[in-house]
Amino acid sequence: MDSTRTMTYIEAIRDGLRTEMRRDPDVLVMGEDIGGEFGGAFKATKGLEAEFGPRRVMNTPMTELAFIGAATGMGLMGLRPVIEVQFADFISTGFDSIVQYAATTHYRWQAAVPWVIRAPADGGIRSGPFHSQNPEAWFVHTPGLKVVAPATPADAKGLLLAAIRDNNPVIYFESKPLYRSLRGEVPAGDRATPIGRARIAREGQHVTVITYGEMVRQAVLAADGLAPEVGVEVIDLRSLKPLDRDTIMASARKTGRVVVAHAANRLAGVGAEIAADVGQTAFEYLDAPICRVGGLDVPVPFSPPLEDAYRPGADDITAAIRETVAY
Amino acid sequence: MTRLPDDLSIDLHYWMRLTRTMDDQLVTLWKQGRGVGTTFNQRGHEAISVAAGMALAPDDVVAPMHRDLGCYLVRGMTPRRLMANQLGRATGVTRGRDGNLHGCGDLSLNLIGFISHLPQTMPVALGAAMSFSYRSEPRVALTFVGDGSSCAGVFHESLNLAAVQRAPFVVVIENNQYAYSTPLHQQMAIDDLAVRASGHGVESRTVDGNDVEEVYGTVEAAVAKAREGGGPTLIEARTMRMLGHAIHDGAEYVPQALLDEWEARDPLLLHEEKLTSRGLVDREYLARVAEKCREIVADAVEFAESSEWPDPGTVTDGVYAA
Repeated sequence: MDSTRTMTYIEAIRDGLRTEMRRDPDVLVMGEDIGGEFGGAFKATKGLEAEFGPRRVMNTPMTELAFIGAATGMGLMGLRPVIEVQFADFISTGFDSIVQYAATTHYRWQAAVPWVIRAPADGGIRSGPFHSQNPEAWFVHTPGLKVVAPATPADAKGLLLAAIRDNNPVIYFESKPLYRSLRGEVPAGDRATPIGRARIAREGQHVTVITYGEMVRQAVLAADGLAPEVGVEVIDLRSLKPLDRDTIMASARKTGRVVVAHAANRLAGVGAEIAADVGQTAFEYLDAPICRVGGLDVPVPFSPPLEDAYRPGADDITAAIRETVAY
Repeated sequence: MTRLPDDLSIDLHYWMRLTRTMDDQLVTLWKQGRGVGTTFNQRGHEAISVAAGMALAPDDVVAPMHRDLGCYLVRGMTPRRLMANQLGRATGVTRGRDGNLHGCGDLSLNLIGFISHLPQTMPVALGAAMSFSYRSEPRVALTFVGDGSSCAGVFHESLNLAAVQRAPFVVVIENNQYAYSTPLHQQMAIDDLAVRASGHGVESRTVDGNDVEEVYGTVEAAVAKAREGGGPTLIEARTMRMLGHAIHDGAEYVPQALLDEWEARDPLLLHEEKLTSRGLVDREYLARVAEKCREIVADAVEFAESSEWPDPGTVTDGVYAA
C-alpha cells in the first residue's frame, strides 16, 4: 500500500489502534474513560467502541495496578491488550505491575507478555506537576521492557503497530504537545516502524543532536535557525530501549560534536546514558565535550513562566549547539 | 457438605503426603547446608494448596504462591523440576533465574508464576480470567493470597475489577495468622477476612483450611459458579503457618500455645484419620504411600543435586521474547 494520508499525531495513534484491531481479533484497548462516545481524555480511542464493541474497548475502574496486572494475564493467555494510562504521570500507580511482574516474566519463566502501555507524556501545555511528566527513564532502567517515543504522525502509527505486534511489554510514550499541533503524512494500512531503529530527521555535517519526542521538533527548529552556517544533524531516536547505537555512533563519528536533548529532567535521564556511551565508544572522534540539554531537577511547575524556565526548547538547544561548535 | 467420592479423598491424601514429604526434605536440606538461598515452609498449608489445585479442571489456570507447593505438584509440575529450581540448577523451572517456588510458571501446565510483591500476581490471574470471558471460553482462573497481602491495595483493586467484570475468578486467602512476624490483629481490625469481599460486591465463603475435603468442596462450588457465569468468589481458608516465614526464621514470636492448638489439627493427619475411620485405607496403605513419596522426593534431590549449574554465559539470555 503506497497511499498516504495527512493527519495529526493523535489521529495517527487512533488510525494505528484501528488498523491493529481490524487486523487482529486478539487486540483490545483498555483504560480509564476510553470507551463510549467519550473516547478517552484526549479522544485517542473515540469511535473505537462503536466499531469494535465494549468487549474490545474496555473502560476500567481507577485501578492501574489491577488493570495493568490484568493486561499481563491477558497477554500470557495470548491476547494483545493496549492500555491507556490517561497521563504518563499516573503510570507510577501501576509501577509494580510493570517493572516487577511484566518486565521480569520472560526472563524468569519464559512466558511472553505482549502488551502496550500508551502513556500520554510531556508538558509545555500548562498542566502542572502531575499532568506533564516524562518518566521514561524509570522504564529504560528496567530490564525486560521496551520503550518507544514517536516524534511524527507516521511513527506514532508505525511504532504503535510495531509495539502491538511485539511479544514483549512495550511502553509507548506519546507526546501530548504534538497531539493536534503536528500534522504529517502517514502511510495507509499496516506499515510498522521497527523498534530499535532511529531516524535521521535532518542531515548535517558539523554537529549531531540526539533527541526524541517533541524535542525533535524543537531540535529541527534550532537547526533551521542555525543553517546554513552550522550543519546540524538531528537524530530522532524513536526507540529508547533498545537504543539504535549504530546510528548514534555513526553520526557522532561523522560530526565529532554531540548534543543530547530531552524534555525529561536531565539528571540521570536517558541522555546521560547516551552521552556516556558516545563518550566511551566514539571518544577519538569527538572534538568537543558532549552537551546535555534537559529539564531541571524539579517537579514540573504549573505557571507559564516557571514551566518555561523548567522546560528546554529550541533556544536551549541552539545555545547548546553554539557552545559545542565553538569549543 | 456432600461427601466426596472415595477415590478423590484418597487422591487428596496422596498429594498432601507428597507435599509434606517434599517440604520436610527441603527443611532437612537447608539444615544440612545443602540449600541455596532460602526456602519457604509449607507445613500447615497442604490441605489448601492441594484441594484448590485439585478442584480445577485441566484447562483452568492457577497462580499459586510461595506456600502452595501442593498446588504445583497437583498441576503436574514434577518434583524434579521443582527441586532443581530450589537449588538454582539449569534443570529447574526457571533455569536458575528465580529461586525456591518464585517464578515457577509453566503455561503448558496452566500455571502462572508469582513474584515476591504479594499479591501482584492476583491481577495477573484475574487477567487470565478476563481473557476467558473475552474469548467466551468456559475456563476459570484461581489464585491464592495471604492474610498479609489481603491488606494491600492491589488486592482490593483486583477484587473490585473482578466484580465489575464478573470475571470467572476465584481467590483463596490462606489466612495463616501471621504475615512474616506480624499477627493478624496488627495487620487488620477485622477477624473475618471474608468480609473484605462484600465491599466489592463479591461473594465469599469461609472454610477450615485444615480440612482438605471442605476446602475442595468449597473451591469446587466456587469454580463451578464462575464457569457458569456467576462471577468471582473469595474464599477465606483458615490455617496456621506451623514453621517460620522461611527457613532462616525460628518464629519465636509465635506463642507455643497457638502452635499446639493447631498441631492437634494437622491437616495431613486429620485427613489420614478420616480415611482410616471410614475404612477407605489402612495403616499399611498410609505407610506405603509415605514410602513412595520418600522415594519420589529422594529421586528429585538426586536429580537436582546432580544437575548442571546454569552456564554464566547464558546470563543475558531470555530477557526478551523473540
